[in-house]
This record gives sequence, C-alpha cells and structure tokens, in this order.
Amino acid sequence: MIKVNQLAVTFNRGTPMETPAMRGIDLNVPEGDFVTVIGSNGAGKSTFLNALAGELRPDSGTILIDDQDVTSWPTAKRAGLVARVFQDPLGGSCADLTIEENLALANARGKRRSLGGSVGSRLRDEFKAKIAHLNLGLENRLGDRMDLLSGGQRQAVSLLMAAMQPMKILLLDEHTAALDPKTAAFVLKLTREIVTERNLTTVMVTHSMRQALEIGNRTVMLHEGRVVLDVRDQERDGLQIEDLLHMFERVRGSQLDDDALLLS
Amino acid sequence: MSTFALLGAIEVGLLFALVALGVYLSFRVLQFPDLTVDGSFPLGAAVCASLIVTGVNPYLATLAAALAGAGAGMVTAWLNVRLKILHLLASILTMIALYSINLRIMGRPNVALLGETTVFSPLDTLDLPTYVALPIALAVLVVVVKLALDWFLNSEVGLAMRATGVNPRMARAQGINTEHYILGGMALSNALVALAGALFAQSQGAADVTLGVGVIVVGLAAVIGGEAIMNTRAVWRATLACIMGSIIYRLAVAAALNTDMLGLKAQDLNLITAVLVTLAMVLPGVRMPFRSKTKGASDT
Repeated sequence: MIKVNQLAVTFNRGTPMETPAMRGIDLNVPEGDFVTVIGSNGAGKSTFLNALAGELRPDSGTILIDDQDVTSWPTAKRAGLVARVFQDPLGGSCADLTIEENLALANARGKRRSLGGSVGSRLRDEFKAKIAHLNLGLENRLGDRMDLLSGGQRQAVSLLMAAMQPMKILLLDEHTAALDPKTAAFVLKLTREIVTERNLTTVMVTHSMRQALEIGNRTVMLHEGRVVLDVRDQERDGLQIEDLLHMFERVRGSQLDDDALLLS
Repeated sequence: MSTFALLGAIEVGLLFALVALGVYLSFRVLQFPDLTVDGSFPLGAAVCASLIVTGVNPYLATLAAALAGAGAGMVTAWLNVRLKILHLLASILTMIALYSINLRIMGRPNVALLGETTVFSPLDTLDLPTYVALPIALAVLVVVVKLALDWFLNSEVGLAMRATGVNPRMARAQGINTEHYILGGMALSNALVALAGALFAQSQGAADVTLGVGVIVVGLAAVIGGEAIMNTRAVWRATLACIMGSIIYRLAVAAALNTDMLGLKAQDLNLITAVLVTLAMVLPGVRMPFRSKTKGASDT
C-alpha cells in the first residue's frame, strides 16, 4: 500500500545549520499493516510522516501510495488517499468552527466541494449517530465550538474526522502525546477499534516504547534518518522494552540519554 | 443633528458596510491583513466613473468595477501565495501600484459624474426625495449582499474558506487547496470593496484618486466596532455586526462633527478613526469576547 524508496531530505542545505533529516528511508507497507514508528528526537519520525502526508517535498526518493507515485503531489491532492491525526489536539480541527462544521469539512475530504449548504439535516443525523459511538455525550453538542472541548475529546473527534471518508492510509502523529494517561488510553482504544474495524493501513509515530510494541503488528525504528530496525508479528511479540533499549544503544554506539523514551 | 445629516450618515454607513463585509472576509475569515482596500475602493470608483462618462450602461460599469476589484485582490493574493511575499507587504505593494493605475484609468485626478445616468438615476422618478430614497435602496442592496455572504460562508466551499483562515494545515489535510481559497477569497473581498467604491462615486457624483485614503481603517473600525457591540459567534451575526458597526461609526462621527463644543472639524476624521480603532483593539474582551466562549451555539 505504501512503498517508500530511498527517501532523503536535508533541511537548510548549504548553510551551517544543514541537517539531514532523512538519509534514504526504504519502507514497504502492505495493505492492512499497522506500523508503529519509534526513534529518539531528531531521528526523522515527524519528517517521514510529513513527507507521507505531502507537507514536505523530499530532495530525492519516491513515495508510492496504492501504486500511485505521489512524490510530487501537494497535501490537498493526497487527501483522497491519506487521512491524518495531528499531535496537537488543536491541530486537527478548526477551533473557531463548530463540531458539526468540522465534521462537514472532513466529510468532504477527497470530494468536490459545492456551493450547497455544508450541514443539512440528513448529514446532521449521520454525524449524530457517528459521534454517539464515542460515548462522550457529544451528540447533543454538535453546535458547540471545537475549542470548548477538552484535548481528549478533540483527539477523539479528530479520529472520527479522519475515518469519515474512505482512505488508503491513516497517519497518526504522536496523537496521544499531549493527553493525560487515562485519556491517552481511551484515544488509543478508539484508534484500535477504528483501524481494526476498517482494516486500515496505518503508520503511527510514537515516543513511547511500550505503545510502539503494544499497538499494531509491526515496529520500525528510525535513527539519524535511516531505518535501523524493522520487526513484525511473532518476531516482534518476543521483544521487550529492554530489548528495544539495547538496540537503541547499539545503533547509537553509546548509552541512551533520552529520558523521554525510558520513562514513557 | 438634522434629518438630512442623519440620513446622509446612514447612507455613507451603508456604503461602507460593503467595505466592512469585504474587510471581514480578508481580516477575519482568511486572517489575511489586507491593505489593498485603500487602492481597490478608488479603483472601483475610477473604473465605474470612467466607463459611465464614455457612455457605458451604469450597471455594466458597476459590474466592471467589481471585477476590477476582484483582479486587484487576486494580485495581492498571488504575490503572497506564489511569490511568498508577506501578506501585509503584498497588499501594500498592490495598493501603491493601484494609485498609479487609477490615475491612468481616469486620465486625470478626478472624473465628475454630474448629469450622467447612474445606477441611482431610477430613484429620481420616485416621489421620495433622493436623500431618503438613496439610503433605502442601499439598505436593500446591503441586506441582499449580507444574506448572499451568509449563505456562501455556510456552504461547503465557504466552510473550506473559513478553515483555510483558521487552520491552513488542517485544511490541506482535508483536501482543501488553501492557495486557491486565498485567491478566491481575496478576489471576493476586494470585489465588494470596489463595488462600494463604484456606488460611492455614483452617489457622490465624482470619482477621485484620493478617495481611498484611510478606507481600510474605516472598514476595520466597522468590523471591530461591530464585534465590540455584539456577539459574532455565528456567521450571520458577524456579517450583521459589520453593517451595524459601519452605520454606528458614521453616526458617531456625524455626531462628533456636529457637536460644536468639541471643536472638531472634518479634517480630524482620520485621526478620530485611528484613535477609535486603537481603543477598540486594546480594550480587553473585544477581540475574543468571553460570552462567545461560554455559551453553546447551535445557530451557525
């Protein structure tokens, strides 16, 4: 479903600030795979996700989604293939718009937008039924502005928005990182349900090693812009967080000093 | 204040309500601070007046003026989205360029429309005096434009335009080509402003190259003033606030100029406006009224 070939990008090329964020990433994700991507700060996780979403044009390499070469497609053009949930709970929705307007925006993803009314009564009923599944009591608050919701509620609605229209791949960008543990667990459970229910091909970036091993069926570790570990299914089931840590140390050739990875 | 002065203030207030709606589109919906307005207002006046004196149908001339305004808005948007020039600077460049262009269009600093047939000429056949009929006709037009804008901003396309202003990254992720929406929104905004300029020239009987000075501040005064006096959570309220703000601003100015005690003269107008806008912007709770954050909304 996703074929990434020798993807490379360098920020601030030709300046003293030159940073190679990706140095030739190869990854082949078959349909139905749920890949968790892990790596320390600056490993290239976010850059990789941005490249998949189209927010960033790579210097070299190609990206194929559903056998289409989308390397040069801007984000908006890819929206019919790619759905995304952002790390910042405010990032995935419009704070100034109401819940139903946000849902209507997502409902038109990948379709041609018309001059007809955005939220009709038929659509409102449909939204109501869908949002009731979240069990957050939001079905009677469709007219509320998005910024009245808590971070967890927003992420839940963002997930719902992402799943509104058919897609080829779902991108999750540390979408539970800004939430408290209980809410994070809820959003993660919801993520699992939606992904399993629709058999979605998913790439999830995470900062938590436990999450990386618990969720999905495959884990990829990035380091300095390269894939340094790629384990799946049975092979991955046998892995413990300690094993990941050892691997980290080996690729870095030093002691791990990133507390965030150890503690989360 | 005499009835004549009152109706005159309402007339100008209604004309500038169109400017306020345009400014609301750029500043608030697209969050694009756009000073093109100072050029597109006289552009509308210049195009319309020049066409009318060469014998073109006044309705066609007014339509041409609005289209010219749309073009000016697109130039600013293009400078910003394609050439990546800072939005404020892009609009200043267009504004400055339009000063020369307006002089070229008219061929001289001003064009008089005295004795010409304008879109307001049919009002002369009514039994009402012009100073009564004109505000009524403008009120009808402004209400029609407001309703059309409400409908547009609540359509799928309008919703995408609002998302472009609020959260462009999210908008792109939802398949919205934000560049196209900025181009379209800026065209619409400046078309409204140029339309106001064309109507202003026809009601005042002349187009002048200096008409545009301070138009953006007057438009902002209406938008911000409207937000200060009412809740603008829903789109229909926000557009209503623009119109109310514009009329109230004109009434306040007329009242101030008609009060001999204050010693203010017509030339103090821009200074008063600047002070009013500054006050409205720094007063707490104006830009983000708390009342709109605590109450549930279902009427958008």
